[in-house]
Amino acid sequence: MTVIGWLQISLLFLAVLAVVKPLGLYMAQVFSGGRNVFSPIFGPVERGLYAAAGVDPAKEQGWLAYTLSMLAFSLAGFATLYAILRLQAWLPLNPQGFGSVPPDLAFNTAVSFVTNTNWQNYAGETTMSHLSQMLGLTVQNFVSAASGIAMALALTRAFARSAVSTVGNFWVDLTRATLYVLLPLAIVVALAFVAMGLPQTFHASVTATTLEGAQQSIALGPVASQEAIKQLGTNGGGFFNVNAAHPFENPTALSNYLNIFAMLSVSAALLYTFGQFVGNRRQGWAFIAVTFAFLIASAGVVYWAEAAGNPILTALGLDPALGNMEGKEVRFGQAMTALYATVTTGLSDGGVNGMHGSFTGLGGLVPMFLIQLGEVLPGGVGSGLYGMVVFAILAVFVAGLMVGRTPELLGKKIGSREMKYAMFAVLILPLAILGFTAISAVLPFAVASVGTAGPHGLSEVLYAFTSAAGNNGSAFGGLTGNTPWYNTTLGIAMLLGRFAYAVPVLAIAGSIAAKTRVPASKGTFPTDTPLFVGLLIGIILILGGLQFFPALALGPIIEHLAMLSGQTF
Amino acid sequence: MFNQLRPALVLTLGLTAITGLAYPLVITGTAQALMPAEANGSLIRKDGVVIGSALIGQSFASEKYFWPRPSATGPEPYNASASSGSNLGTTSFKLKDRVAADIDRLRAAGLAGEIPADAGTASGSGLDPHISPEFARDQIARVAKARGLSEADVRGIVERATQGRLFGVIGEPRVNVLELNLALDGSRTSASSRR
Repeated sequence: MTVIGWLQISLLFLAVLAVVKPLGLYMAQVFSGGRNVFSPIFGPVERGLYAAAGVDPAKEQGWLAYTLSMLAFSLAGFATLYAILRLQAWLPLNPQGFGSVPPDLAFNTAVSFVTNTNWQNYAGETTMSHLSQMLGLTVQNFVSAASGIAMALALTRAFARSAVSTVGNFWVDLTRATLYVLLPLAIVVALAFVAMGLPQTFHASVTATTLEGAQQSIALGPVASQEAIKQLGTNGGGFFNVNAAHPFENPTALSNYLNIFAMLSVSAALLYTFGQFVGNRRQGWAFIAVTFAFLIASAGVVYWAEAAGNPILTALGLDPALGNMEGKEVRFGQAMTALYATVTTGLSDGGVNGMHGSFTGLGGLVPMFLIQLGEVLPGGVGSGLYGMVVFAILAVFVAGLMVGRTPELLGKKIGSREMKYAMFAVLILPLAILGFTAISAVLPFAVASVGTAGPHGLSEVLYAFTSAAGNNGSAFGGLTGNTPWYNTTLGIAMLLGRFAYAVPVLAIAGSIAAKTRVPASKGTFPTDTPLFVGLLIGIILILGGLQFFPALALGPIIEHLAMLSGQTF
Repeated sequence: MFNQLRPALVLTLGLTAITGLAYPLVITGTAQALMPAEANGSLIRKDGVVIGSALIGQSFASEKYFWPRPSATGPEPYNASASSGSNLGTTSFKLKDRVAADIDRLRAAGLAGEIPADAGTASGSGLDPHISPEFARDQIARVAKARGLSEADVRGIVERATQGRLFGVIGEPRVNVLELNLALDGSRTSASSRR
């Protein structure tokens, strides 16, 4: 570890802190329904969409109608994407002449993009036509993120209002999140990406004659436009197989910053928007403090573990000065790779700029652990916010138990109904992750997909289901995931992680919205103080993390010890 | 449920047209008009022929050229149509055997002492255009001998091709292998003409 490495890490967090407030306020303005700076451009488009869809933007929905709208929209998106992938061979804009995507892979991919996971069991440059990338994948990059924002808004309004039966209008939230937040940001970021060297063309490839006279076919495409929304929507699905490690997705240290900045800023700003909505900005800052504490500590652990190098290779005569370089790019080095790995898993982004599967045991444990904590740090756009609020509900409940008072959060009493829904939501992750991993670890054909024997093999399977259920999308790439077993089970894990989590959250929103907001009294446990920040960190660690510790001990922790003792498998 | 279907279908179609069609087309049009070199892959041409991209690494095996890092792409290294890392875990015997073989190859080519970490490991993309300044330094003697140049001349070319950190902080020191080898070919200070 070096001072410069830490400076590189700090700069990113300072940049994000600087935009949290203006971006958070802007989003509060957009989702309050008022006019904003982009209304003159996108206002007519917005009204046209509502007219065609038969949506009355002034009419709000109860939590159940809101949920049904979200499910109907997700289903329509899944069906469209599945159809595009299955019909790819006959559709235009397919210069490489790729065939149609097989059924199990198309199911997995469609679920993956609709749930904002963007797990990729395919290699982009050898599977997907430009049409599939654009009309299929890019669209879901926008709208799955916008759906996440919409659900977070429903929960936010529930806390902001008193004794009402509605939580907002899903169609309006979805449309406004797409048109006024994601689209303008994506345009700016995409053009900045092109300036940094990301290609943006409809040519599929160019053939170069190398200096030694060989032919090198270089895959191209509309990369910048997809990369921009991939990060802003915390999607993470790359244009190319190796994601943001590919020099065309991430050519320089500066583009690396913009990648990380784009994925982190919207989710972090949404926490501020929450504070603004509920009339307590300090609450937003308290959530941001929890997030940053986790991210900086985690980046430190990964950086430390990776910078030490791999002693097995050091013994062969490799200089450990540059750290563990297997699966990493020279232009990023250890600090910027550690930072990317931490943020992409604290969020539900899942893009990578180095191969997590080639990280050291502890270096690879951290990204996996961050996803298992529930991706609330700050999580995917929207999904992270509502995940954080669920943990806050659990934290005030624990605090209430300690002092023997009815728990309340932001003036809303937390009753047994909300607690049941919250517990149901947080149990989905361990159920899907540990359940499917355990089954896969004993099925011979599932074990056959493992790339590295020994404890790392278990880590590969554990990481896959962690990533799927957490809707992250990053991977320990040694696992051959493109098999009927993994395509199907990972698809189910993604659906559970998205919808079995979101539905109880929306039910909480409905129940909270109906409650009267009571003013704070002397007996109220304040939730915007350092004490609460500490309590919330503890709850996330204990509840989110402890249940995975046995599995982590068998995988990455043993791997790290084996590496230190020079054992190979 | 039926009253959910109309907005679901209409908004799916409408937002697809906006984000899947209009958005990439506008970005492509703007990028091609304002930044055609970058938008088309930062290609390097020599005598009108594309010889590679400034951002994408390529294979070099000749003694006259600086070598890049090992690449895990298949079927051949630096396959820019199928990016890939090795994805091998740190305790994999396959990784250990592969690195040992690469270290033997580099030792045979005259590298002494500890081998720079990037020289013995495959990058994440398999297309890393860069090597560390240390790995470049260790190859100077070999390239100078193969070209019949003085080590000082080659060192000068390497130093000019070395990129530092932006503002002294951002990024890592690195050498672009293709640009370095191009500079070598362009230097035309071959031994015979200088003596």
